Amino acid sequence: MAGLNKVVSNYEEALAGISDNMLLMVGGFGLCGIPEGLIQKVCDTGVKGLTCISNNAGVDGFGLGKLLEKRQIKTMIGSYVGENKLFEELFLSGEMEVILTPQGTLAEKIRATGAGIPAFYTATGYGTKIAEGKETKKFGDRFYVLEEAYPKADFSLVKAHIADTQGNLIFNKTANNFNQVIATAGKITVAEVEKIVPAGELDPDQIHVPGIYVNRVIQGKFEKRIEKRTVRSN
Amino acid sequence: MALTKEQMAQRMARELKDGYYVNLGIGIPTLVANYVPKDIEIMLQSENGLLGMGEFPSEDQVDADLINAGKQTVTTSTGASFFDSSTSFAMIRGGHVDLTILGAFEIDQKGNIASWMIPGKLVKGMGGAMDLVAGAENIIVAMTHANKHGESKILKECTLPLTGVNCVKKVVTDLAVMELVDGKFHLLERAPGVSVDEIKEKTQADLVINDNVIEIQI
Repeated sequence: MAGLNKVVSNYEEALAGISDNMLLMVGGFGLCGIPEGLIQKVCDTGVKGLTCISNNAGVDGFGLGKLLEKRQIKTMIGSYVGENKLFEELFLSGEMEVILTPQGTLAEKIRATGAGIPAFYTATGYGTKIAEGKETKKFGDRFYVLEEAYPKADFSLVKAHIADTQGNLIFNKTANNFNQVIATAGKITVAEVEKIVPAGELDPDQIHVPGIYVNRVIQGKFEKRIEKRTVRSN
Repeated sequence: MALTKEQMAQRMARELKDGYYVNLGIGIPTLVANYVPKDIEIMLQSENGLLGMGEFPSEDQVDADLINAGKQTVTTSTGASFFDSSTSFAMIRGGHVDLTILGAFEIDQKGNIASWMIPGKLVKGMGGAMDLVAGAENIIVAMTHANKHGESKILKECTLPLTGVNCVKKVVTDLAVMELVDGKFHLLERAPGVSVDEIKEKTQADLVINDNVIEIQI
């Protein structure tokens, strides 16, 4: 009986059931807080035709950039995707579809997905290209755009600092970013973490993602590459 | 002389008020953090999930898990907090951020701003800019007054795809400080040595010249 124990022992098990043309949501902001090992495993499985929802698309050779290299992504949905050259090529040649979405709208759409809210109104993007073809409505003296939630992801891949064996998650600093909402929006949510502790060891007051949202937990190994290392001169 | 980027940042820092929560965009706006007046206390919001952004870290403080929205390594300031992206944008969308300072390609007299896309060039994405301009109580734009061909970027109507509509209240350029009131820009201040005529010439939008246009003190 596995009971509520979510811990899996290898990446094979962590991504069991992944196949072509699936919808994936992947946590992280730039290279901060990305599930590095899970992305590598998606790359190794060679699944293709993926739709990826992620704020960014990694850099050349790292993060989701790895999936771009192997042409595994058919559609990329994010708010800022241009930190790598290959992305540019795939985008301009039309080989990959790109749906740019304002960052707050992206986060809220994912949150709505996890919370069972089919759509919501937001002022973001009213009067811009983003609102073209979408329903708008006036509330008070302002116009708002109707934005729909996404379907639940086949796999939500997130990175957390600490998990307990039941899948309760705690993030570290700004490595939380999109991970918290993406964890709620998967049919199968897999958390790759720096440390796993026995259930009962985490302070219930400090948990960011309750274990109900998390299906699998795997101990990861992280390079934690820094995109823009900026230091002050003394 | 037109203001340098640093001087523009210095001037914009005077728009900060004690107790403000502020979001600074990438580029010139980021420099504003260097000129916060000593006698006021403000907090910087970074939309990737940090309220209370501090200065860049020293070598031994660098932490891959602590970055700003420009993906630079940073530190926290006193009273900082971390949160997820949806909470961060709820804070922005809910109008809790007092002031947003951001750059632009063009603005117009309807208060519209274009800052994220030039057709025919690679589009990298709008990031959080559309949410910020729709959500902040007060928006100040930091930009050069004209492009490198001398053509005005302050227009009757934006030509580039918009980031947001009817949201710009004030603009600080390398030549002037102008406020948008009832569909017209009002010239409040001019850069030292820059004539009102030059500003008029480089402003395509309707411009009202106030009686006493003061020189920006640097």
